[in-house]
This record gives sequence, structure tokens and C-alpha cells, in this order.
Amino acid sequence: MSTKTPSKLEKILDSGALAVTSECGPPRGSDPAAITRKAEMIKDYVDAINITDNQTSVTRLCSLAACIHLKQMGLEPVLQMVVRDRNRIAVQSDILGAASFDIYNMLCLSGDHQQFGDNPQGQNVFDLDSMQLLQTVRRMRDEGKFLGGDDIQRPPRMLVGAAANPFADPFEIRVPRLAKKIAAGAEFIQTQCIYNLEKFEEWMKLARDRGLHEKVHILAGVTPFKSAGMAKYMKNRVPGMDVPDDVVKRMSGVPKENQPQEGIDICVETITRLQECEGVRGFHIMAIEWEEKVPEIVERSGLYPRPQV
Amino acid sequence: MIVAEKKPIEEIIDMVKDHEKLLVVGCNECVTVCEAGGKKEVGVLASALRMYFMNQGKKVDIDEITLERQCDHEYLEELRARIDQYDAVISLACGVGVQFMAETYFNTPVYPGVNTCFMGVTEERGVWSERCQGCGQCILGRTAGICPISRCAKRLLNGPCGGSAKGKCEISKDLDCAWQLIIDRLQELDRLDDYEEIAPIKDWSTERAGGPRTVVREDVRQ
Ligand code: SF4
Ligand code: SF4
Repeated sequence: MSTKTPSKLEKILDSGALAVTSECGPPRGSDPAAITRKAEMIKDYVDAINITDNQTSVTRLCSLAACIHLKQMGLEPVLQMVVRDRNRIAVQSDILGAASFDIYNMLCLSGDHQQFGDNPQGQNVFDLDSMQLLQTVRRMRDEGKFLGGDDIQRPPRMLVGAAANPFADPFEIRVPRLAKKIAAGAEFIQTQCIYNLEKFEEWMKLARDRGLHEKVHILAGVTPFKSAGMAKYMKNRVPGMDVPDDVVKRMSGVPKENQPQEGIDICVETITRLQECEGVRGFHIMAIEWEEKVPEIVERSGLYPRPQV
Repeated sequence: MIVAEKKPIEEIIDMVKDHEKLLVVGCNECVTVCEAGGKKEVGVLASALRMYFMNQGKKVDIDEITLERQCDHEYLEELRARIDQYDAVISLACGVGVQFMAETYFNTPVYPGVNTCFMGVTEERGVWSERCQGCGQCILGRTAGICPISRCAKRLLNGPCGGSAKGKCEISKDLDCAWQLIIDRLQELDRLDDYEEIAPIKDWSTERAGGPRTVVREDVRQ
């Protein structure tokens, strides 16, 4: 895995240091301060910031514009792109748009089905799937070619990532699926939020058995619970989320006013334990509308200060 | 087969309320099997309409007929001699039949009596489900005989997505995850290794995206 792009995230990963990324959801409106304020809170504690792309299919300010705001603050954005809303023309066009602002990281996703969002009656596109989106970006970057075969002037130079959910079913193909994403071109992976550490460690072991941890940088995903209610909601309502009973019990076991702190503690304990897990190359902290807690999580996990590259 | 559902009677009434002589035309093929537009449903709809108009104190004549098919000239021609007696036709065929009727009888208003839903199977009486979206380039040979285009909510060619849970799709606990089905069957066929082959970007030009499609077979053409 030698450095191929100007991405700061890539440099840190290649240096062998544990990387820390986080994410910001753009607002449901056009106020840029909604993004820059969140970014201000976390910027010194993370190496790169993902901008989600109409997550849970709720219409928001676009990921690319939000990434440009971060770029203008001198920060390192990770452009998330879902294939739900774009055909291959729009995909390639948006990639070039991002490249024109020197956005150096991209995360390729399928996207939640639109029925979860504010436009359940809308069409979806799914011209490509997330695997084919990875291939598309890699082709544009490495071969300097459009899907149609024509040359690109000034091809994009971005580090290409994918999501992995070690907890989704069927479990037997979770590692083959990771292998497939690597074969399609993924250079880093951000995982689904980890609460079931045993299952995650089993997945990592299976990945190591195939040497996959040496072919891709795996960032373990974490999300602090704000309350026992949130833990229950994530357990029961969010597709593909695995929250073990004892974690819910632990959150419910403390008085309401202490639950946020308990959530942060669980998150820090998870990061601390997974730093020992071979093949984990960093952490992706998704503090949903709770960005102000990212500094505390990073500091208490021993990941501060961030390396300068 | 093509699976359809009966339209609500109110919607049909709203379309035909200004006509005085109506012909309700059923189809003996798919819509008979899915119990939406066969002889039986023609009878039920015609009776309901008669009742409605009678209660309204309106004189509307309603005749019934069920053709072998409405997607072939041969059978549609059976109406040629009598079509002019009617102000309008309610066709209970799928959308294909309705259109062919309209093309054949250019001066006669034709209204759809069913909502055409999909190409699918009868899982059991009263339960029909989708199996094919006519993409024009069948990939079932690579997907263990299960179609991810029609059965995965995101038409993923390299699924499953992260939302697959306990065999069900992220959009509904009542819907099987197509990729779980594919993987189960690959396993059964001892071909799970095939899973790791990346399905290439699909050419959708043979599908709806490419515009209306036509199949021409010179060898069978007369
Ligand atoms: S692959 Fe295409 S033709 Fe084959 S079953 Fe699916 S939609 Fe129909
Ligand atoms: S859960 Fe399965 S069927 Fe549903 S969208 Fe995901 S892969 Fe497709």
C-alpha cells in the first residue's frame, strides 16, 4: 500500500499511526455555519471528516458542497457518495467536481433505501452498486478514463474507501464481501458502529486469516450512545445494527442524567480495546449530532494529539 | 405471468360515469390466474356497476365478455362486429391488453379496470410476488437462479447491502433479502466461491432505460 494520492488520511495510514476520522451530517437547510461549526469543534482531534450524503434518505445540503466548505477551512474532507440518487453520468461528474476542489478522499456507499427518508415516493437509481462505484473511481483515478473509455483531463486523485458491516447477515459472506470490496478497489474501510466486540473481533480474525488486513486500512466505527433510549432504538430499529443486550442493560442501569457519560465511557472502552486488535488501523467516530464529545473521546482514548503530516 | 390488482370500484366509476353503454372485457390469461380480470371478475365488476347506476337512477347498459387474450390481434378482432354499439370499454386485461384494445379500436374510449403490477408467480392462492423486471439481459445464470434486479430493493448486482438482517430486507420484515436467498442457494449448489466474482457494471440499455423495446424475429415473421 504505497502512497498514491495527496490525501492526508492516506499519509497517516501509511505512516502506521492509528488514524482518526469523524463525520458531520449536513444541515436540512443552506446555512454553511451548520457545517463549519461542527467542523470547528472536532478539527484538531481528527485527521479527516466524512460528510454524509443524504443519510437515511433524508434530503439535506449536498455532500460535495459541504466538503468544499471544509476544504475552504483547510480541513480534510471525505466525500461520501451513495449510488441511490445518481446514475453513472452524475457519479462521474460529481467525482470530477470534487476533484476540481482537490478533495482527496471518497467513501463509496449504496445508501439507505429511500423509503426511510422524507421522499419515500421517489425513484431510486442504483445504476451502479457500491462495488461498481469503487471500480469507477479507481478507473478514473488510475487509468485516467471515464467509464465510456474516453480520457479524463486532470484525473481525480482520491483515496477510495468503502463501508463494511461485520454484523449484517449472512455472516458467512461478511469476510468474502470485504475481500470483494478490496478487489473492487477499496483502500480504506470504515465499519458499521461496533457494540458487539466479540463478533467484530471474530470478523477481524477471519479477515486476518485471509491477509485482508494487509490489503486495506480498516477503521473501526464507533458511535457513543446519548441515552438508554438511543441504545434500544439502535438495537431494534436500525437495520444491520448489532447492540448486545448487556450493552443496553448497562446504559439502562445508570440514572438518566449519567447516561450520556456512560455512553462516552463505553465508546472509549471500545476504542481502547480495539487498539489491541491486529488489523485495526484507526477509528471512525460517528457522534451523531454530538460532535462536541469527539475531543473527549479522542483524548481519553489516548489518540491525541493527532500526527502532523 | 403478469400480475395485476383490481382497481377500486370508485376509481372505475369516476372514469366511466358519463357513458351510457359499456362493455366490460376480461382476459383469460394472466389476469384470470391472479384473479383480477378474468370472467369471474368481469361479472363482479359489471354487477357492481349496474347496481351503482341503478341506485343513481341512471340508465347505463353494461355488457360482459371475456376474450382468450387481449394482447393478440386474433382475439381482439372478435369484438370488431359489435364494438360500435358501445360508448366505451373497460378492459380488465393488464396494461398491455388495455393498450392493444385502444390501438385496435381507435374511436372507442378504453379504460383500465386493473392496476398492472409486475411479472411474478403465485406463491399460494392470494399471494403473488415479483420475479422479473424484463431487463433484457438475464443474469440468473450468475446469481443462482434468483433475480437481484427484481427482488433486491436496491437492484444490487453485488449484494447484500449492510441492511440485510435475519434473511429479511432492510425495507420490510415481510420481504426476503434477495441476496440472502442467492447466498443460501450458492451454498446449496456448493458454489459459494462464485460470490467473490464481481458482477460487472450492467448495460441497462436493454432495459427500460434504453427506451421502448421491440423484438423482431425475421425467421418467424410472415
Ligand atoms: S435478470 Fe433480468 S431478465 Fe433475468 S429475471 Fe432478472 S430482470 Fe428478468
Ligand atoms: S437487504 Fe437485501 S434485498 Fe434488501 S436492499 Fe439490501 S441486499 Fe437488497
